[in-house]
Amino acid sequence: MELTNDIIKQRLTEKFGDEVTNFEAPYGMLTFEAPKELNLKVLQFLFEDDILQFRFLTDLCAVNYPDDEGRELAVVYHLHNLVNNVRIRFKVFTAVETPDVFSATALHAGANWMERETYDFFGVNFVGHPNLKRILNVDEMDYFPLRKEYPLEDQTRIDKDDAMFGR
Amino acid sequence: MARPVQYNVKNEGGKPLQIVGAPEGFNGDGFFTTKLSNVVGLARKNSIWPLPFATSCCGIEFMATMASHYDLSRFGAERVGFSPRQCDLLMVMGTIAKKMGPVLRQVYLQMAEPRWVLSVGACASSGGIFDTYSVLQGIDQIIPVDVYVPGCPPRPEAIIDGFMKIQELVGKESIRRRNGEKYKQLMESYGIQ
Ligand code: SF4
Repeated sequence: MELTNDIIKQRLTEKFGDEVTNFEAPYGMLTFEAPKELNLKVLQFLFEDDILQFRFLTDLCAVNYPDDEGRELAVVYHLHNLVNNVRIRFKVFTAVETPDVFSATALHAGANWMERETYDFFGVNFVGHPNLKRILNVDEMDYFPLRKEYPLEDQTRIDKDDAMFGR
Repeated sequence: MARPVQYNVKNEGGKPLQIVGAPEGFNGDGFFTTKLSNVVGLARKNSIWPLPFATSCCGIEFMATMASHYDLSRFGAERVGFSPRQCDLLMVMGTIAKKMGPVLRQVYLQMAEPRWVLSVGACASSGGIFDTYSVLQGIDQIIPVDVYVPGCPPRPEAIIDGFMKIQELVGKESIRRRNGEKYKQLMESYGIQ
């Protein structure tokens, strides 16, 4: 039997009821949302369910929506069912003041570096991550550069040589 | 027909064969005197061992410069060393991220004196188009640079031009320069002993 978006949606609503929301399918890729407290439960269900079998974490990243109060940071999981070759997208949202999200490292070992990267650029605090420190930027950096909190040109930087840029 | 070996060593057939001329000095019957600096400079400048530190697009131009078409070996620099201990010239080509900064600095520190630095391309010289939080805005913030080559990327001719400028510097450098007070100050301004 082919694994269609409707079946996935049905399985998820059977299990989690109203907790999973905002189902949509841009370009045919099923996308949905759950409260951040449930992220591991949903991921585990997607992993272990015999029909769903989403066992491969393709990508994990964050998005910053500065105007969406209380839901400024979205953590996005891209999952792949390798048996049926079906992909889905799963999002959890968190406030920027308390960017704590449970770490998926216990379920998907591949989440380790991706969560470090997401922490590095967006400051999402992955609770339970074994080694949550910066991975790409210099260790001394004291801000999260991909958050939309800064003017396009960061006026506080002192490493720029204005003469080189004709300013 | 195979090319006879003497083609390369004798000036047959009117091919211009260039040999570096002697430095200024006094010439007599069976003797020649000149400054030690000149002789050392002459030897050094025509046998530079470059250490390529190629991180991005400019590195590709360097590969062209090194390869047969542009052929940096015409300038006595075919021996590209990949250990900083052996090399005289650090050629930095490409974007240096801030995280790479300490690595570049360490490579520079591992080189023995006398050492020169050629900064190739806009990125290495000033950060280039990467006016951003993660890129070092010019390698001269962490190590002293002798010659800058502008361009994004500079053509191989430009890299060779920069290299010849380095040769000029090397040839003219006094053998006392590296023990001098001024040089010490320069090193201290970079926090290098
Ligand atoms: S100067 Fe231009 S070509 Fe060279 S490394 Fe930078 S971006 Fe690439």
